[in-house]
Amino acid sequence: MSQTVGLPARVPPVQEPRGLQGRDGPATHGPDTRATDEGMIHLEDIRKIYKVGVERIHALDGVSLHVRPNEYVAIMGPSGSGKSTLMNILGCLDRPTSGAYELDGQAITKMRAGTLARIRNQRIGFVFQSFELLGRLNATKNATLPLLYAPGGWWSLKKRARAALQRVGLGDRLRHRPNQLSGGEKQRVAIARALIMNPSILLADEPTGNLDSRTSEEILALFAKLHREGQTILMVTHEPDVARHARRIIRMKDGRVSSDLPVEKDAVWATAPSPPPGPSLPPVPASPPAPPPPSGGPTA
Amino acid sequence: MILLRLLSLPITLARLAGQSAWLALAQVWANKVRSVLTMIGIVIGVASVTAVIAALTGLKTSVLKDFEAFGTNKIFIVPHRPDSGPQRHAPWQTLAFKPRMFDDLQEHCPSVEAFTRITRTSQTVKCGKVSLGDVIVTGVDPAWHKIENRWVRQGRPFSHVDATRGTSVCLIDSKLQEKLQLDRDCTGQSILVGSRTFVVIGLLEPRAETSVFGGEGRNLELFVPFEAGWKMTESVSYVLASCRSPELSEDARAELRFFLRRARHIAMGQPDNFEIEAVEEYLRRFTEIATVITLIAGGIVGISLLVGGVGIMNIMLVSVSERTREIGLRKAVGARPSIILLQFLVEAVMLCLLGGLIGVLGGQLLTSIMASIPAAKLDKAYIPLWAVALAFGFAATVGVLFGMFPAIKAARLDPIEALRHE
Repeated sequence: MSQTVGLPARVPPVQEPRGLQGRDGPATHGPDTRATDEGMIHLEDIRKIYKVGVERIHALDGVSLHVRPNEYVAIMGPSGSGKSTLMNILGCLDRPTSGAYELDGQAITKMRAGTLARIRNQRIGFVFQSFELLGRLNATKNATLPLLYAPGGWWSLKKRARAALQRVGLGDRLRHRPNQLSGGEKQRVAIARALIMNPSILLADEPTGNLDSRTSEEILALFAKLHREGQTILMVTHEPDVARHARRIIRMKDGRVSSDLPVEKDAVWATAPSPPPGPSLPPVPASPPAPPPPSGGPTA
Repeated sequence: MILLRLLSLPITLARLAGQSAWLALAQVWANKVRSVLTMIGIVIGVASVTAVIAALTGLKTSVLKDFEAFGTNKIFIVPHRPDSGPQRHAPWQTLAFKPRMFDDLQEHCPSVEAFTRITRTSQTVKCGKVSLGDVIVTGVDPAWHKIENRWVRQGRPFSHVDATRGTSVCLIDSKLQEKLQLDRDCTGQSILVGSRTFVVIGLLEPRAETSVFGGEGRNLELFVPFEAGWKMTESVSYVLASCRSPELSEDARAELRFFLRRARHIAMGQPDNFEIEAVEEYLRRFTEIATVITLIAGGIVGISLLVGGVGIMNIMLVSVSERTREIGLRKAVGARPSIILLQFLVEAVMLCLLGGLIGVLGGQLLTSIMASIPAAKLDKAYIPLWAVALAFGFAATVGVLFGMFPAIKAARLDPIEALRHE
């Protein structure tokens, strides 16, 4: 269990003890308590090629993408467009065939598997379509699962679990098993689990895919709240109604980014039957998209 | 901070192992029937190993106790017709021991503490109207009391005078006293042994009851001085000696052999015409046999544990494929392959240890059943602590060995594939 894999020199020192440092609510401290690079993603000409027999399938065919801290991005696209592959690479579950990936200013592409596990543990929060809760564990134990794999994770286990579950509005469901929870509550537990390590980015893969529309709205409202609190969120979805809650929409096609626009300029807006629920949108600034007002600190 | 990290590593590992063990127990509890069926191989293996060890331990304890009662210092010297050499067709009369042959034995055999010549014959004993046939009449030297550790309860033992004069006195035990309907204090009473009259001088302590050497216990016994016995039989059946300590039995045997070869004028290169057998020797042989039986039983049990291990491996493979998504999730939230490996290994070891626990309990049950069967003579059977440790050690080893493959399989799962698994 080597924890000493070399980090690039430009990583700010405040990031080193992240696992132990409780960050209780960036909303109160303001975004400047975060490292300036945190939540920043740079993808440079990412390619992912699968070999099926003699055929070479370009799942990703030169994707370049930049996400700034505290952005709320929806990734859309038909199946086979490469959005899942992109998510896997962003989540450090998979490695690109070529190209460079930088997360929080750290080059991910060259890292060893053990280091990637640590990155997943401490920098990335996953939310899945089917929640992926462990049926035998209660909400607290499910939410604290990542702490099990973090150095010193035992330190503030209970407190952090309670804080994370309260943050997603499940302060009264600490001891419930997944089968005693509704779908929305399950996804909240999963979000609490994703947040417990204070990740740089929250990756959500069809987070509302298994939920009814009312519960979906609740979950999306929760995402909006987290976004206001300074969380960088990337969400894969194929539903325009869901994508509309994001601030920026990236559309993929055939392994490439086909459009990358602020939500106001994207087609989901035009096809919307009614104005989107949730917080009223700020005035449209010139591109690139600016972070919304509550977290509008110095980011660049 | 570094110190904290160093400190936290073992705690994290312990927590992981603890959580894995807890998860494993929950898993076992959730699949009770399956787990029990899986563990059966281990249970049977461990139960049989503990039961076999318990039985052997019990047997050994009672046999050793019998040897102890019989006397581990004893050495028997009997005439023996050699298989080769000039004496191979010699009549028994020439081979038989002569009474005076052993007179200076003790001067030449320093390791021998005492010895007695023994004559044996079967006689009819009469007292008044009572007549008993087939009473074994044994002629002994006074040292016999010490060697056999049989003293008189009433009256007096054989004295030097009895030995040298061959007086017509005898010692009897309470069984014979009862059968002959003698008085409670029977010393001084006369009985007819064969055709001669003997005076009872004492009542012997009863022979120590043993299960292994108990054959003679049923016979009626009467003891007379050696000279008196010699007059009846004109032959020395054997010589019984005792060495100063069991450790000296080898020395004593060598000394006796040297002494007897010279006393019986055996030329160099000729075979012995006598046999010297030390009880210690039998004891050693018994211990060797017990060890061999233990090893054989261990081998058989090893095979059953192996079969049990295959069962464990099978169920762990099922468990890994059932929980593929869980493994994928754990990897996604930062579990390294080594930690997944640990989790599944702990689970396999847990199953085996549970099987071991049930097996030890089953072994205890078997042992209790064995001990309660009187004919088996295993009432001293018990499971020694080292056998319990051995059983658990074996079980844990089987768990590690057979859990390794499924655990490696789990550790190598690709998280993306695993999360997509149905």
